Amino acid sequence: MTITLNSKIPAGSINDKWNTYKEDAKLVAPGNKRKFKVIVVGSGLAGASAAATMAELGYQVDVFTFHDSPRRAHSIAAQGGINAAKNYQGDGDSVHRLFYDTIKGGDFRSREANVHRLAEVSVNIIDQMVSQGVPFAREYGGMLDNRSFGGAQVSRTFYARGQTGQQLLLGAYQQLARQIGLGNVRMFNRTELVDVVTIEGRCAGIVTRDLVNGEVVSHSAHAVVMATGGYGNVFYLSTNAMACNVTAAWRAHRNGATFANPCYTQIHPTCIPQSDPTQSKLTLMSESLRNDGRVWVPQNPDETRPASQVPEAERDYILERLYPSYGNLAPRDISSRAAKRSVDSGRGVGPLKNGVYLDFSDAINRLGKDVVEERYGNLFEMYERIAGENPYDMPMRIYPASHYTMGGLWVDYELMTNIPGLYAAGEANFSDHGANRLGASALMQGLADGYFVLPYTIGNYLAPMLNKPIPGTDHPAFKAAELAAQARYQGYVDIKGTRSPDYFHREVGRIIWDYCGMERTQQGLEKALSELPALYEEFQKDLRVTGDTESMNQTLEKAGRVDDFFQLGMLMCRDALEREESCGGHFRAEYQTDEGEATRDDEKFAHVAAWEWTGDPTKSIRHKEELNFEAIHLATRSYK
Amino acid sequence: MSNHLKDLKLKIWRQSGPAAKGHFEDHIMPEISDEASFLEMLDVLNEGLIGENKLPVVFDHDCREGICGTCSLMINGQAHGPERSTATCQLHMRKFKSGDEIVIEPWRASAFPIIKDLMVDRSAFDRIIESGGFISANTGGAPDANLIPIPKSVADAAMDSAQCIGCGACVAACPNGAANLFTAAKIAHLNLLPQGQAERYKRTEAMVETMDEYFGSCTNHGECEAACPKEISIDVIALMNKDYRKSKLKNRKEISRS
Repeated sequence: MTITLNSKIPAGSINDKWNTYKEDAKLVAPGNKRKFKVIVVGSGLAGASAAATMAELGYQVDVFTFHDSPRRAHSIAAQGGINAAKNYQGDGDSVHRLFYDTIKGGDFRSREANVHRLAEVSVNIIDQMVSQGVPFAREYGGMLDNRSFGGAQVSRTFYARGQTGQQLLLGAYQQLARQIGLGNVRMFNRTELVDVVTIEGRCAGIVTRDLVNGEVVSHSAHAVVMATGGYGNVFYLSTNAMACNVTAAWRAHRNGATFANPCYTQIHPTCIPQSDPTQSKLTLMSESLRNDGRVWVPQNPDETRPASQVPEAERDYILERLYPSYGNLAPRDISSRAAKRSVDSGRGVGPLKNGVYLDFSDAINRLGKDVVEERYGNLFEMYERIAGENPYDMPMRIYPASHYTMGGLWVDYELMTNIPGLYAAGEANFSDHGANRLGASALMQGLADGYFVLPYTIGNYLAPMLNKPIPGTDHPAFKAAELAAQARYQGYVDIKGTRSPDYFHREVGRIIWDYCGMERTQQGLEKALSELPALYEEFQKDLRVTGDTESMNQTLEKAGRVDDFFQLGMLMCRDALEREESCGGHFRAEYQTDEGEATRDDEKFAHVAAWEWTGDPTKSIRHKEELNFEAIHLATRSYK
Repeated sequence: MSNHLKDLKLKIWRQSGPAAKGHFEDHIMPEISDEASFLEMLDVLNEGLIGENKLPVVFDHDCREGICGTCSLMINGQAHGPERSTATCQLHMRKFKSGDEIVIEPWRASAFPIIKDLMVDRSAFDRIIESGGFISANTGGAPDANLIPIPKSVADAAMDSAQCIGCGACVAACPNGAANLFTAAKIAHLNLLPQGQAERYKRTEAMVETMDEYFGSCTNHGECEAACPKEISIDVIALMNKDYRKSKLKNRKEISRS
């Protein structure tokens, strides 16, 4: 199949593109909408909002999740907030400024037109969520409150205590539940996508596996939306939920969808450091804490006194020193690297010397304990439960961890992959965050895609298909995919080796973290690319999955996900190796300034790398989509 | 620095399927760091079981940050274990000591049938939300978010109830297997807000009656509040009962006209 990457960006000025698109988009009449079946895979913010909205419009919608309920999706864990260019604070915010901040935050590696649309619809998201009863924080006068987040000099972040993701997800879930109750959505819980089926160049549907009884079933549809999240768990230790995986996106990729910028991964600066080798999961502490917390390490690597006894003069407030104009609110990639360098220089804190301090004592002195508790109380409690230390008395210890992936399935302006009829939304696509995502922008993008983009763009695709038959699940392509999926899962059980899927996940994660983590080098990536295939071969020979394929088997689920992480990991390293520049979360040690800042190469790399599957992840083909900057001048990112 | 607990005696419920007869299985955990979470302790156990070519213990879990509500477990007879306002995934082994016997069971309630081992089916909760746990506001056409000021105290009270993670501990802790705290938390969240007024009585009636189809009745034991990892107050049940009574007494069409 020949790959064409047509971004389909509408003509006209950046301010008019989305309106022009909507005015020109083909429509499906209300009475005809029920003739179309749309499958949505994933029930997080992007999936639930897309499914609910399309069901409201009248389409038949089937939604699939591997969770026991759509309300469990990992969007629920987002803490800090959601950005919107409302300018309620009158502090100079605007659609253009949010657009500019997002492009700049992404280190000029995202598509202008998509990001501008995101900034435009951001204001509608807040209106929609408030009308659904999301209890955002309010001021005493009853108006919505805002706070600031990294990479912005305005307060545009809306929040619901430290549980903004939870409240937004439950809002979208409730809207979806309403449509399920009305019979407009069929919901499939505990059902995992195991393959994507294309027939005659179009996406014809999916194959799923029922996690309770192992049954493999085909589902056909006019269009399929992948809202299946990111692949941060490739690192094994990450802030992602345990079940987050790349399988759905990867199966789409193997069926012809190009995978864009896999090396753009975000390492979040404020997570609780690892305390023990049995640890399977890291916990994020919201970026909002950096509004009032100050990041520091002792000047002296041999410092042994407790934090409170280290005099001011012997502390290094690393972010305030290096980036005075943004201070503790420097963007995530920059803050993470500053923390890593402090720890690498031996100045780490805590028993394992693997963290930096995030100190609230100044804020408590300035604002009082009550105000600090009002703002961050639940986060402080969470920290104390996990770390066993009280952050009101001693500073938190934090360290960067894998958190979000900017890369994902390549999509055009309509959020359609290069396979007609197959869409990707939310974290699963690559489109809006470039090489680094700003805080409070993931919730915004998920809901923008689901509520305000897909319902328009899918209609445009479906309209010409009215009354034309689509292939049913009895088509040989579906049958072949079912057999292949059954064979795949039976295959894991039949290896009967000696190592669990978790063992291999830890090993693959260690390689990726060491060589394709916060700092990458040509030598390291080449090493990873020689170690990964060897380990993958061991996986295929020595995996052990106990139990069978016909009943609930969590080890078997894990085996399939780890298999796909191996393949993705190899592609990540290749992508990182070929991108000979530093940008955002992709930091190649060879390409930095004397001061250690990322050096982009706009001549050679102002493009999206979209990879085509060839059957061997080390031999994927790299395609380019050039990025054209018309509204914004390419500039060196500075937060000093 | 972390300490290690030794010789934990685990009694774990094993059940191969919904219709199968279950039983307790004994395991010894020779050593585990007190920095490990309770679920990481089970991960270690499962890794060992796979090593011995046995079936690992099936249990639900996901975010491990106490927010998704996927994890469950009755630990020594307490829903989510001994630490107050803490879901199982945030419980750490430092709350136990060497030599402890730890009994681990699934949620036990007729509305939550066991799928396997410690995993149960909580979809009855989804049925309650589907029957009315929402504000009907289709996408598009929402007025400006600041059009209706909401007093901070009201928004805060709504948020207190909206924190429910839907884990089911309230049902598991209740001697009657009632879901009143879960249902009332959602009703309180939506009925307190100005946006929720239009459907207030319709919502309450539908949700309460769906709840009654699946779950037992509330007899004011208060166990639910004690077990709730989000410390949702049973006051919300009084609010629900008040609105349910009103929904039955008044002509709802009249109310919507007023």
